[in-house]
Amino acid sequence: MKHLLAIESLAPEDIERIMERAESFAEVGRRDIKKVPTLRGRTIVNLFFESSTRTSSSFELAAKRLSADVVSIRSAGSSVDKGESLKDTIATLSAYDPAAIVIRSPHAGAAELVTRWTDASVINAGDGKHEHPSQALLDVYTLRQRLGSLEGRRIWIVGDVLHSRVARSNILAFGAMGAEVTVCGPPTLIPREIETLGCRVAYTLDGLGDAEVIYALRMQRERMGESFVPSIREYAARYQIDARRLSPRQLLMHPGPVNRGVELAAEVIDSPNSLIAEQVEGGLVVRMAILYELLAGGERPETARRRPEEVPEPSPIGEPA
Amino acid sequence: MSAISSLSWRRGEKGAGLVLRGARALDPRAGIDAAHDVVIRDGQIAELAAPGGADAGELESVEAEGLLALPAFFDPHVHLRSPGHEHKEDLETGTRAAAAGGFCGVLAMPNTDPPVDSAPSVHALRQRADREASVPAGFFASITRAMAGDELTEMAELSEAGAVGFTDDGWAVPSARVLRRALQYQKLAGGVLALHEEDSELSGEGVMHEGAVSAALGLGGIPSISESTMIARDAALAAYEQARIHVLHLSARESVEAVARAKEAGVRITAEVAPHHLTLTDEAVRSLDARFKMNPPLRSEEDRQALIEGLRSGAIDCVATDHAPHSPEDKEVPFEEAAMGVTGLETAFAVLHTDLVVPGVLDLELLVERMTAGAAAFDFDVPTLAAGSEANVALVDPEAEWEVGIDGWESRSENSCFAGRRLQGRVLMTVAAGQVAYRQRSFAMGVAA
Repeated sequence: MKHLLAIESLAPEDIERIMERAESFAEVGRRDIKKVPTLRGRTIVNLFFESSTRTSSSFELAAKRLSADVVSIRSAGSSVDKGESLKDTIATLSAYDPAAIVIRSPHAGAAELVTRWTDASVINAGDGKHEHPSQALLDVYTLRQRLGSLEGRRIWIVGDVLHSRVARSNILAFGAMGAEVTVCGPPTLIPREIETLGCRVAYTLDGLGDAEVIYALRMQRERMGESFVPSIREYAARYQIDARRLSPRQLLMHPGPVNRGVELAAEVIDSPNSLIAEQVEGGLVVRMAILYELLAGGERPETARRRPEEVPEPSPIGEPA
Repeated sequence: MSAISSLSWRRGEKGAGLVLRGARALDPRAGIDAAHDVVIRDGQIAELAAPGGADAGELESVEAEGLLALPAFFDPHVHLRSPGHEHKEDLETGTRAAAAGGFCGVLAMPNTDPPVDSAPSVHALRQRADREASVPAGFFASITRAMAGDELTEMAELSEAGAVGFTDDGWAVPSARVLRRALQYQKLAGGVLALHEEDSELSGEGVMHEGAVSAALGLGGIPSISESTMIARDAALAAYEQARIHVLHLSARESVEAVARAKEAGVRITAEVAPHHLTLTDEAVRSLDARFKMNPPLRSEEDRQALIEGLRSGAIDCVATDHAPHSPEDKEVPFEEAAMGVTGLETAFAVLHTDLVVPGVLDLELLVERMTAGAAAFDFDVPTLAAGSEANVALVDPEAEWEVGIDGWESRSENSCFAGRRLQGRVLMTVAAGQVAYRQRSFAMGVAA
């Protein structure tokens, strides 16, 4: 695998392989020295054109745990703000001969576009409202840790599906692992024909009791101004997951950051049902596994400017650096 | 009705003199379909003689056996980008592209910079076309000043200056009140109002057709009804004011139905459709390739079928390319940021021939009829092969296969959604308003040899 652009282009075997690798990295995280030399001497560029705490810090730490050199660029203060095109930015960064570029962009397809302009592996860390594949992989990982297989599991994704790249990637990823996915939210926030991605659609939480996993999405307050919902109050009354709606045998997930009191009531966030902290933990090892898969697993990535003898051999992950 | 030669173009000293030997002359409207020696003398169709029967005399003889001699096409919807965006296209390159596509006349949209909203602008464009245009070109003026949708342009003066009609193409006229005034004023100024139909309240921030593909890609959707509801509104206004309107670039099934209903009700309405809407669907956008971004967007297969059926039934009068050149910087960006529009003049016939005529979806006769009928929608003589008429002829090899873009482009821009496709059917020569406007290079060399 050269790039990670979308869950849509992954086969279930690809997901399995990344999951297994992530499990072995979880063991590394329990050691005193949490670092392996796999990517020593290689450069990873994090290019974030949108604000992000979790994803950018998680990718950065994952790269560092694999001993890579990391450059993180945010759009504020970079030449992008001076009107440089994405193409020129990538050309500039490619001169550093990075092994991978991790990109988050407000525009669908940006990561794929970048693959045309660089020899580096490209990881989509969120492109517009399209996909967020590393999030979906860490969500699958987190659920597998708790449930084992996802085969036949009933998962409800609740909230603003229309504006959510997490929802799109998760519908596909959960589906690929055999789960039955239902999306639920106000009709104004469910895209027309979303069921063609292989999910059911519900407009009320009436059938929520049937779900084994509830995945709540972030409800952005600015959607109110655009008349998608009449008020946050009405939204919360209809779609908020609270202690009354969440039964003890159901698991609760959220991609963060949470709007307390909007999509989730405070009492459920810290309840034993909640996997939110595990998701963040899982994010680190899954992103290590993604970097490993693209840069050290399987075929050698093509870095045009580096001669083969200079490529460090990937070390077995058992040896600390 | 005005002659195509009354438009603006670089007139030669004298008209073409040619004999197209043994071509299949096909002009369904004139009831012509047989092998002929097509004799063009002094820029006029002098005679359709029996094959081998014409005495060429001083005329150039062109071996045309196995080729089609068609009435040249007429495109009522192109963007020549002048003034203001000459890095994308200008009158010279745009009309060369038209000639290469077999078109003998084009009508250019006024969404330039500045927009064509004053008589001096129209004069200036016509004068430039007199020097630069390979085929006759007409110029629309905008309906509203600066195309802002608020105040009417000086339509009567613009008509006198030679504007061929009025349009705010690129945008709808959002205000029903303003559009109604324009329709009323048409009684004084003349000129058909060509309408870009889009309720921006419904299309919003959309960048592609709203449907399964937009749901999967997370891209803002442009619902079909954002077009059809505006057509219904404007057809009602036109009916009330007994005015004449032309609906630009239909894209959706509901729009075809709205036009058909208006026609049944006696509204003076014509409509056009673009080759890309007849041959591609929103599935092409899954690639997120900005070459497939245009407004109106590529829609579903059901919509595409309805457009083909509309062309067949006559609900849609003509094919128009909406040739919209853009520079690479406008397209080498993420899909949402990319400019709307694709080029179309150089590929229109070949694409429709390959995708619709060759597989038997559409008759060649009907395609020829619809690719010439755009002239009538704006009161220009429809190109014909009838003896005694101005020579507007496209000589086409229906068997020739070629790869789009491999020989470069006449247009200054390359944003074709068909680049790289292999097509069957190629324009070899175009005679526009009595003059040879184009010869395909290898064909021209063949003639010389």
